[in-house]
Amino acid sequence: MSEINITIDGKKIKAKAGQIIVEAARENGVYIPTLCDYEGIKPAGTCRICTVKIGGRNMAACTTPVAEGMMIENDVPELNDFRKAIVEMLFVEGNHMCPVCEKSGNCELQALAYKYTMLAPRFPYLWPQRTVDASFPKILIDRNRCIQCLRCVRGVTTTDGKHIFGLVNRGGKAIISIDPELAKEMTEEMAEKAMELCPVGAILKKEVGYAVPIGMRKYDGKPIGSEYEK
Amino acid sequence: MSKPVVATASLAGCFGCHMSLLDIDDRILKLIELVEFNKSPIDDIKTFTKQCDIGLIEGGCCNSENVENLRDFRKNCKILISVGECAIMGGLPAMRNGISVKECLEEAYLNCPTVDDNIIPCDDELPMILDRVYPCHEIVKIDYYLPGCPPRADLIWEALVALLEGRELDLPYEVVKFD
Repeated sequence: MSEINITIDGKKIKAKAGQIIVEAARENGVYIPTLCDYEGIKPAGTCRICTVKIGGRNMAACTTPVAEGMMIENDVPELNDFRKAIVEMLFVEGNHMCPVCEKSGNCELQALAYKYTMLAPRFPYLWPQRTVDASFPKILIDRNRCIQCLRCVRGVTTTDGKHIFGLVNRGGKAIISIDPELAKEMTEEMAEKAMELCPVGAILKKEVGYAVPIGMRKYDGKPIGSEYEK
Repeated sequence: MSKPVVATASLAGCFGCHMSLLDIDDRILKLIELVEFNKSPIDDIKTFTKQCDIGLIEGGCCNSENVENLRDFRKNCKILISVGECAIMGGLPAMRNGISVKECLEEAYLNCPTVDDNIIPCDDELPMILDRVYPCHEIVKIDYYLPGCPPRADLIWEALVALLEGRELDLPYEVVKFD
């Protein structure tokens, strides 16, 4: 595979042809924050947290492949404030109550808020009316916390390839819907995977909660992405 | 020079943030040296007796009394700080925000299996419940925010000392948490 030379914030990086920017960066010790992106599933570019500047234009680093000579701006104040603003928007447009959420400490949205030291969102809270559906045997969905990253839609399928999660309606009315028949047949592993795929606490596995004590959870001690940074 | 004056209040909160303020170990002795407390549940002063420098607000506004109290704090404090998730976004009490007041009161006083009087309390002495729980900054101007449930004692301490010394906040990753 041919090698491609790019620079991120002045750091020279060798990437593989066809590689996505986020992936190339991580392989070379540079963390570009992501939220809707998940290793192993097709990128969708729904959240724009990974926005980088290429040739003066804002691009989603999780969907853009590398090209020879690309000069990428990543960890710069302008973009970081932009990313912080997206996190704040996601916080106000849902009902995110961290103290009562099982995912707290392991939540990627919260971890990004920590990374950017969000003390309070700059936008007004919207208090949307959202529903909770716990009628499925293995999982429950709390749409108050859903950020519609579509990770569950893209990543959770039955063994014969059917999608269990789907996005229904459009615009502000869009919600994640679950096929009740397929959900009935979900195995423990699939429920586990669905919960892990969900970056927030919208999809939770039933009959288990608060398994890891405060202080030992994923983002209690180390900022999100610090495992990639070199 | 006289000491800076601090006032505190718990609105629709659980006093957890106040407990966290007291959880600063032996620094509490330094705190007494550094500042003087005015209206606060800590010293049980019920009304403002002088203009304060810093007001710490725990809890959001769920009733008319909270709103009056908060406005009183804004009037009497130069700097007002929202302390904790409830002050910042309503917190646990704000879980009723998607439910009508009527439904909430009926559930609490009429339909709940453990009530026996079956009357919704209504008296001039009781504060009026608001249509929803409001974060403090939706009622008055708030100058700073200290998140957490409760905010870590180190966060409150660092914020207070930084304010008193007139320097920028230095917040380590571990102290800014939402739970």
